[in-house]
Amino acid sequence: MDKMIFGRYIPADSVLHRMDPRSKLVLIFLFVCVVFLANNALTYGTLLVYTLIMLSLSKISIRFIMAGLKPVLWLVVFTLLLHLFLTKEGNLLFQWGWIEVYEEGIKQGLFISLRFFLLILMTSLLTLTTTPIEITDGLEELLGPLKRVKFPVHELALMMSISLRFIPTLMQETDKIMKAQSARGVDFTGGPVKDRVKAIIPLLIPLFISSFKRAEELAIAMEARGYRGGEGRTKYRQLSWGARDTSMLLALGLVTALLAVLRG
Amino acid sequence: MDISLQEVEYKYSANTPFERLALVDVSIDIKAGTFLAIIGHTGSGKSTVIQHLNALLKPTSGKVVIGDRVITSDKKQKNLKEVRKRVGIVFQFPEHQLFEETVEKDICFGPMNFGVSESEAKERAKVAIRQVGLQEGILQKSPFDLSGGQMRRVAIAGVLAMQPDVIVLDEPTAGLDPRGRKEIMDMFYSLHKERSLSTILVTHSMEDAALYADQIAIMHQGRVYRKGNPTEIFSDPEGLFELGLDVPEVVRFQRKFEAEFGQPLGKTCLTIEELSETIVKHMQGGTK
Repeated sequence: MDKMIFGRYIPADSVLHRMDPRSKLVLIFLFVCVVFLANNALTYGTLLVYTLIMLSLSKISIRFIMAGLKPVLWLVVFTLLLHLFLTKEGNLLFQWGWIEVYEEGIKQGLFISLRFFLLILMTSLLTLTTTPIEITDGLEELLGPLKRVKFPVHELALMMSISLRFIPTLMQETDKIMKAQSARGVDFTGGPVKDRVKAIIPLLIPLFISSFKRAEELAIAMEARGYRGGEGRTKYRQLSWGARDTSMLLALGLVTALLAVLRG
Repeated sequence: MDISLQEVEYKYSANTPFERLALVDVSIDIKAGTFLAIIGHTGSGKSTVIQHLNALLKPTSGKVVIGDRVITSDKKQKNLKEVRKRVGIVFQFPEHQLFEETVEKDICFGPMNFGVSESEAKERAKVAIRQVGLQEGILQKSPFDLSGGQMRRVAIAGVLAMQPDVIVLDEPTAGLDPRGRKEIMDMFYSLHKERSLSTILVTHSMEDAALYADQIAIMHQGRVYRKGNPTEIFSDPEGLFELGLDVPEVVRFQRKFEAEFGQPLGKTCLTIEELSETIVKHMQGGTK
């Protein structure tokens, strides 16, 4: 659980950390679209280089990120294998019994899993370099125009920040209760699958109970401090869009242009 | 069963940017039948130490010997159930671990995980519920209908019903009222006396440590700052004050008394009775 990196923020002083959360959110959103422009080795290579540059800009150790991504790497490998065996186009390269590997399968497999991998990498880069509060502030600002059509932007942002805020708390609690139940003889890591599924119950019930309790306490605490929703609420942290943000977006624009030229 | 920690070092989140050294060179010997109190500030490593006592954590270097089991960092540990059956831990706020429909089922949960039959477990539940000072009638209730104090007692009964050789208590009385605190501590103390149950108590309360423990270990910033029996520890309290720790009220009173009258009493008293007797003797001796 220590190596888990999803939704985790790692404090550091880097260009990415200092960017405005709004520009980061826009950047990631655009990147997710731009990834689908790539369709040959050259374009995928460009994307890979771009992602690696972003990664090094974040000043977070690549080894740590890779260790944290291990659980999803299985998904990536699975995607690769799926394409490898199920695509039946191009020249037949290899045959062994019912297993047939085609040229197109290798190509498709590599491309699609690389695309998948890049998407995961960039989106985790967002949460690694941005605090949850910044993300929700950024999102609230970006969605601001929707308030005109009575969309509850503030409430949505609040819900998001509360749930993000309590992820670490919940993890700690899970760890604590797992230990308490292990001390009472529950085996969470070994044994037959049936036993392990049964071991979830003594973990989940206490977690649910404490979450409900905590939610109630939080609601009371917020009301006690006079919370009345987003109406007329000012912010302590002001977002500021700087030259850094504009140039990062321009860089992505450049990459997009490059992709458009290079794609086959 | 003896437990011994030998030069134990523990790092949280080893090999990540969050790596944090929690224990450094911790060596503690806990002989069977000892009552050991572990004292220290929040974050001094107390809770990390006790998780080594039943192999919930493995030391990152050094070793832990629990009975005839040796726990080190490199060995993949199999079958830890035997260890956990013999070392029961009552965690901080143990009422958070309750989950069954009835109190009885929850108390039986531990023993049955360790292979005790259902009827035997129910018998143990009856004994355990009385040990913690509750009525047998409560066994059929839902644990979530009880008061906080009762839930605490039920959770403790759940660990007692495992009938461990060693019991580890992590601030078992935190958040209880003074009467509940005394009842629970007295209960653990009599269990310790009657069955010579090894007891390890993590506490902030110097009074409890002085009153119940025969060994005290003081933790500071992940190290064992000092070890000894209560008289040794409290007769030289300067170091404790430096760490921002206190001494029991009785000792504080004695020090004030000695300073006020300029007469050392010659020994450190740990209970009110002992102190008053010593003072009386001293005064009588003085007036003669």
